This record gives sequence, C-alpha cells and structure tokens, in this order.
Amino acid sequence: MRQGEISLVGLLALFSLYLMWKSTELPIGYIRGQGPGGGFWPFWLACGMLLSCLASAWNWWRGLSPASRSDEPLMDAFGWRTLLYVGGSVVAFVALISIVSMYGAVAAFLFYYLRFLGRHSWFLTLTISILLPIGLFFFFEAVMLISMPQGMSFTQPVFDLMYDIIY
Amino acid sequence: MEVISFLADGILLALEPINFALIILGVTVGLFIGAMPGLGSVNGVAILLPITFLVPPNSAIIFLAAIYYGAMYGGAISSVTLGIPGASTAVATTFDGRPLALQGRASLALVTAALASFVGGTVANVLFTLFAPVLASTALSFGPPEIFALMLLAFATFVGLGGDDIPKTVFSICLGLVLAAVGFDTISGEPRLVLFEIDGFMRGIGFIVLAIGVYGIGEMLWTIEQTRGEVTTTNPKMTAKGMASDAKEAMQRGWKGTTIGSLIGFFVGILPAAGATPGSLMSYGVAKMMSKTPEDYGNGSPDGVAAPEAANNSASTGSMLPMLTLGIPGSPTTAILLGGMVIWGLTPGPRLFLDETEFVWGLIGSFYISNIAALVINLAFIPLFVWMLRMPFTILAPLIFVLSIIGGFAASRSMHDLWLIVIFGIAAFFLRKFDYPLAPAVLAIVLGPIAEPTLRQSLLLSSGDPMIFFNRPIAGPITIVAIILILLPGLKFLRRKRAMAKN
Repeated sequence: MRQGEISLVGLLALFSLYLMWKSTELPIGYIRGQGPGGGFWPFWLACGMLLSCLASAWNWWRGLSPASRSDEPLMDAFGWRTLLYVGGSVVAFVALISIVSMYGAVAAFLFYYLRFLGRHSWFLTLTISILLPIGLFFFFEAVMLISMPQGMSFTQPVFDLMYDIIY
Repeated sequence: MEVISFLADGILLALEPINFALIILGVTVGLFIGAMPGLGSVNGVAILLPITFLVPPNSAIIFLAAIYYGAMYGGAISSVTLGIPGASTAVATTFDGRPLALQGRASLALVTAALASFVGGTVANVLFTLFAPVLASTALSFGPPEIFALMLLAFATFVGLGGDDIPKTVFSICLGLVLAAVGFDTISGEPRLVLFEIDGFMRGIGFIVLAIGVYGIGEMLWTIEQTRGEVTTTNPKMTAKGMASDAKEAMQRGWKGTTIGSLIGFFVGILPAAGATPGSLMSYGVAKMMSKTPEDYGNGSPDGVAAPEAANNSASTGSMLPMLTLGIPGSPTTAILLGGMVIWGLTPGPRLFLDETEFVWGLIGSFYISNIAALVINLAFIPLFVWMLRMPFTILAPLIFVLSIIGGFAASRSMHDLWLIVIFGIAAFFLRKFDYPLAPAVLAIVLGPIAEPTLRQSLLLSSGDPMIFFNRPIAGPITIVAIILILLPGLKFLRRKRAMAKN
C-alpha cells in the first residue's frame, strides 16, 4: 500500500502537469476587454491539483495517511482475480457493442456473468439473458425513441424483425 | 384573499377528469423515467412534448409538470436501490441513501425521500403562490458575481463532504472542475483540453459519465472486492405496518434536513441558471454542517436523504417561477416547458399572470395535486423497489452493470463516453483504495459549467478586480461565509494538532 500510494500520487502529479500544459493552448492570463482567457480556469485548477499532490506526497513522507503506514499488499490474489474477471468482462461488454449491437452485448454479458461468475442455473441464465435485452429494446427503441448501436451488418435481420413489431 | 380564490379555481381546474388523469399518468411515467439511470425529467418532458399538442395548453402544461414532479421523486430510487444517481439532482441522495440500503433499510431511505420530497414540494408551492412576483424580481438582482459567490459557497460545503485528508479532497474538487472544462471554451468558442488529441473530448465530459463510472462501475468493483462477492443486505418483508413505522422514523430523524432542504432548495431554484442540483448539494452540505452528529452523514443518516430530496423538489417548483414570471428558464427541463408554452401560443413573462390567469393558476393548482399524487404513487411502489434489493447479488450486480452502460449510452449517445465510463470506473476503484473522496469530484463536474462562466463574466465586469465578490451587497456576505467555511477544516486541524502537542 505504501509504495502504491506514492506511485499513484506521482501519476496524478504527472497528469496535473499535462493538464496545466494543455491549458496553455488558450490564454491563461487576463485579456483587456475580454476578461480571463479560455485557459485561465483549467490552468489554475490543474495547478491546484499539482499542489494537492505535493501535499499528499508530504503527508506520505511523514506517514500521516493510513496507506503510507501500511505494509499490506494493494490487493490479494482474490482481488486481482475479481478485477480481471469482473472488470475485464465489463471492458469486453463495451468492446462487443460495436460488433454484436448493444442488445447482443447485454445478452452475452448477462450470460457470462450469471452462468460463469454467479453459477446460476441454465434456465435462469437463459431467461434473464434473452428476455432482458428484448425488454430493453422495446423500452428504448419504442417508448423512449432512443436508438442503440446496432453492431455490424450481420445483426440487421434481427433488428428488421424487431422493428416490424414496433411499427 | 384574491390569491386564495385564484388558487381554488386552479385546483378545481387541475381536478377536472382529463387533467387529473394526465397528472396520474405524468407522475407515474416521470417516476419510472427518473428511476432509470441516465434518464431524467428532461428526457421525459422532451420526448412527450409532441403528445401534448393533442390536448389544450392547460392540460398540456399540467401533464408536463406532473412528469417533472414524478421524475424528481424517481431520481431517489436509483440512488438508493442501485447506488447510481439517476440524475444530477439526486447525487447527494446517494451519499446516505445507499448506505441505508446496504444496512437493509432501503424502505426507510425511500420513505424518507418520498416524505421529504412532499414537504419540499408543498413548502415551495406555498411560497410560489404567495410571493411569486416579489421573488421573481429578487432573483433578477442575482448577477454573475452573486451566482459565483453561491457556487463558492457550494464548493465550501464540499470540503466538509470529503474525509479528513484535505489535500485529497481539494484534488478531487479540482479534478471535477477541470473535467467540466473539457470540450469548448463557452466564451471564446475555441476547443479546449482536447485530451491526447482524441476528438471525442470535443463534446466535453458530461456529469452522467463520471457519475455512472464512479457510482456504477467503480462502486460495484469495490463492493465485490471488499465483500469477496458475498454481499448480504437484510431486507425485512415490506408490510403496511413496517412502512408506517419507517414513516414515523423518517419524520423524527429527517425533519431538520427536510426543513433546510425545503427552504434552500426553493431560493436556489428560483435563481436563473442555478436550478435543483446546486440546491440539493448545498442543502446536504448545510444540513451536515448544522447537525449535532455530522459524523452520521455518509453512513446512512435519514437527514442526509431528506435534505437533498426536499431541496430538489422544492427547487423544481422554484425553477418554474422565473420561467413563468420572467420568461427565463431555471433548468434544462423548464427550458423545454418554456418552448412548449411558446408553441401553444403563450408568452411567458410579467404579463402572463394578468393575461392568462386561468392557465397560470391551473398550473399552480396542479402543483399541489401532482405533489399529493406523486407521494401516494411513490409510496405505493416502494415495496417493488425494495424487492429488487432482495435479489441475489450475483443477479443484481450484472443488472447494475448493464443499466450503467445502457443508461450511459442513452444519456450521451456516444461510444467514446462509454469507454470513459469504464475508465472512470476502474480509476475510481483505485483512487478509493487510497482514500481519495470521489463525491466532491462528481459534485464539481455538475457545478463547474455554472461556476466558470460566472467567474469570468464577473472579472470582466470588474476589469479583473476580484473585489467585485466582496463589495456587492448580496455577493459580499455569501463570499465571506464561503471563505470561512473553506478555512474551517484547516483551523480545526491546527487546533487538534496543538491540543495533541500539549498532551
């Protein structure tokens, strides 16, 4: 934890410096007749972020934060595995949207989570992973008139069929 | 007396069968739209606006106002049951609503939210009825310096929302404000902070993207990692007796927050460009500061649910005031209502109260009826919302992930934003590991778009002299109070350090 905290502070300080540099693409000072430039607000806020990082580093050096006094690892094997299985599945879910459509990705994600992480029965898994995307389709496309991504062209026949029901 | 007679006529108009049916329908639709992460009153009102052309203007505005009311009640539902604020107005409800749900007291949180919303709405209705014209002219005296001072006051209350680690809280506030500045500079119109030259950042970073990332993805990863997937929430079966007992407890433990929220919410709500979100955030901060047990806030305090919920309902009524009397919308939803009024052939402004008496008082009367209808319908659905929490966590968790992603897309319609939600979620998980408070970042991204332009306009007005925030009669006292509040944690820390050194 101790090493993790100072590494994170270092990363955040670098990000703050990047934001300060990026803010200078627009004027950061006062322009006569126009008021503060467009970079004024983000520049000084990023400067505040950097100063907070320096204060956090000082607190770490003096052992004032709980993490800076801890010798425990950031996460145990279970924690890393959880992050990989659950966080990884969310990343895969979003990546799948452009391929199999939003509703297809919802079905695939629910199937994976319920069956392999939740260890639920096939009946429950299939019921939820098929019915929920269909319900969401009618809610968003028919009621709320919000079009979700339809993925690659091979999903089109399914969408045509569903739209025939709505219209 | 004239006001009471007009109000009675308005209430009778709202109770006509067609109008009453539209109120019930509008409140129910609004409740469910508000409960859906990513969708809020603005979506409901915008989508259903064309339908209102089928009915007379009186019924149309009553229907839309009922949706607005229902959505304000509904926002608390996803904050409590899913831990994701459905709309910016319900961000503060998450702070104590979610812990109450995790303690198995979701029904108390939902009942408190419903009752506080009702009281907030009623107080606002009474103030609206009695003082509409006077308050409208007071609101007009709030220029950019006053609004910025108010934002400063809201930020000052954030410092209290963070933990003991002040540098991390300040980092969180600044990060939220910088993220709000991404996109285009609203004054010069030039692209700004297009991070890593990715075009998607030109659209800016919406509040909902950060909120869903932090509270949807990040919170779920955190919960699963901390509890090793064994999340247990003990939810007693919902009974009428149980709900009555919750209502009694809500009144006993939530009255202070309700009072503070009702008053602050209304006065912030009537200010043009402020609206319900700053009102609910400030109410939460002020309620916490005025509490004898501020340490309970964030751990499941009914007052912490009551204050923002009373405020957002009170402010939603308040924001109608500048719309009707001055023609200035106080929130995105009232902007759409204003558009509707223009299409119906009405001219919002000072003459509306004189020329369209029946329309105005019919609308005000419908506020009272909608408020009662929203309370009854909301209470009736609470068992359904609590039932959701009795689902096994291995079913609830994927549903929350799905609602986060699909709700995130519905709000922004952009794949870029979906990837940002995932990145924010994973970043929030690691930041939380090292005790970075994330609520201030979410609050800052909401208020940033109001704070920055008002600061710049004020400095332009004063030719760069920051004394403009001190020497104006309204801005001055607000700024001074804000500065005292900002310095307070630092002074407390120094006093504590001195006491420790003495010991």
